[in-house]
Amino acid sequence: MKGNVIKYERDNIDTDVIIPGQYLKIHDYAELALHAMEGLDPNFHSKVKEGDFILSGRNFGCGSSREHAPIALSHSGIKAVLALSFARIFYRNAVDGAFLLPIEIEMDAYSNISEGDEIDIDISNNTIKNLTKKQTYKMKPFSEIIGKIIESGGLFKYKPI
Amino acid sequence: MNITEKILARASGRAQVSPDDVVFANVDKVMIHDVSGPGVIKVFDKLKKQGINVDKLWDPSKVWVAEDHFVPSADKISAENIVKLSDFTKNYGIEKHFKYGMGQYGICHTLSHEEAMVMPGEVYVGGDSHTNTTGALGSFACGLGHTDVAYVLLNGKIWFKVPETLYFKLNGKLPEYVMAKDFILKIIGDIGTEGGAYKTMQFGGGGINEMSVESRLTLCNMTTEAGAKNGIVEPDQKVVDYLTSKGARDISLIKGDYDAQYQKIYEYEGSEMEPIVAKPFSPENISIVREAPSVDLDKSYIGSCTGAKYEDLEAVAKILKGRKVKIRTEILPAAISIYKRAMENGLLKIFLDAGATVGPPTCGACCGAHMGVLAKDEICISTTNRNFPGRMGHIDSQTYLSSPLVAAASAVTGKITDPRDLK
Repeated sequence: MKGNVIKYERDNIDTDVIIPGQYLKIHDYAELALHAMEGLDPNFHSKVKEGDFILSGRNFGCGSSREHAPIALSHSGIKAVLALSFARIFYRNAVDGAFLLPIEIEMDAYSNISEGDEIDIDISNNTIKNLTKKQTYKMKPFSEIIGKIIESGGLFKYKPI
Repeated sequence: MNITEKILARASGRAQVSPDDVVFANVDKVMIHDVSGPGVIKVFDKLKKQGINVDKLWDPSKVWVAEDHFVPSADKISAENIVKLSDFTKNYGIEKHFKYGMGQYGICHTLSHEEAMVMPGEVYVGGDSHTNTTGALGSFACGLGHTDVAYVLLNGKIWFKVPETLYFKLNGKLPEYVMAKDFILKIIGDIGTEGGAYKTMQFGGGGINEMSVESRLTLCNMTTEAGAKNGIVEPDQKVVDYLTSKGARDISLIKGDYDAQYQKIYEYEGSEMEPIVAKPFSPENISIVREAPSVDLDKSYIGSCTGAKYEDLEAVAKILKGRKVKIRTEILPAAISIYKRAMENGLLKIFLDAGATVGPPTCGACCGAHMGVLAKDEICISTTNRNFPGRMGHIDSQTYLSSPLVAAASAVTGKITDPRDLK
């Protein structure tokens, strides 16, 4: 899965900035996308392209349980968020609703990948290739259940044994 | 096993569970509100298009519905969401729908205890992150998103990874003028907003035994701000008495085993606790009130599931009685039952005499929805739970989180004020 990176070099990007509270009453996915990341980066909507990735620090998606957050990012074109760690509800919303891939990365990927770099995420080998910088980083493998839900295409398609 | 492990073991039909086990737990109660409800309806629509049957819920008697975030309807979209929610509950045969303007209603987490919707030992999930609140009754209470709640509504169960547990032991009572809110802010300051991530935060010790159920609710409510999966207190006679007073019957208690395992134990001395504020823009950014910056406040907001229970309003009344507010002060009781008690016991008169505005139950400005949101550069002291950028309104507004006593004392002076320093 190839795409370009939009980088937010900070920790604790919370759901209030991913999609501010005033938009919680909106349930039209395309309209939510217009306001994605509005609390942090008002230019996000104009710069994001289909297939892009977000790269950020620790505790991405902390705060509320609003599924609007992964929905707004996903319908903006974001296919994966790479972060040093994720808040739990954002993580399971992203996976269970099959909106985007939450990829846990290590410090080397966080520091070396720059805004605009083209990267190739290979979840079968748990690696991230930086095509711009010709580097390769490891990603943390998904836990068993998360891997299975992703493979199935979301919680509703997953059939537990 | 500790109490959380015991609840998850029972709910998943296992004799034993350990941290990191993945279980499918049967759910006892589920809650949706005017934000997550329409979100779930949207998921149902998607499922229908995929050919998945959404004609019937697994058990409508275990589902209850609150109207709280954008009520009384803030605008046309909010009003339409309320209509959608009402149609949904009617079509699916959900009887417990607390509608505003029709008797009891309020913030979902407040109703969970005011209406005794959840019992000790139950698995309770809600379409809201502060579902953790209800763990104070001795339940496993956990917030989920729309897809997960839709899954529960149709299947009656959901997957969980059994969490590690952090145990917070409070030795001795909190001093006068120090509230549960101060204690939980202190904890979040110590462990950080990721310090409880994916974990259980359990509270115990003599100081917790001494605490009222409502204070314990405040503690569990803000475990969400440390990233926790759930907050919990082992239920005792106080919980039984509390739930009985709300009309519950046949309450059975559950406790952890004597050899229960905890990943880490933190100990606090009650006598050493002080009034605390969390400065902008994170609940972990704490300061002792007496060392807080001397800012000119624009508003004091006393509301939300965190800080507008009856006990919270009593604390505010204790400060405001015979005094006047110096800044805009909004007080929004978290449920009609609390509003009514506040009226019957003279609290509302104290608030109005002090110059404060009393509003209806709503999540309101806590989540930047409506009713008192902040303008650019406005500074608010608030009994709510989060102070991220833009949380209560404009991205350049600022919120200081505090206890009801501190918010009331600050309303009187216009500065962040320790209630012990009020003249």
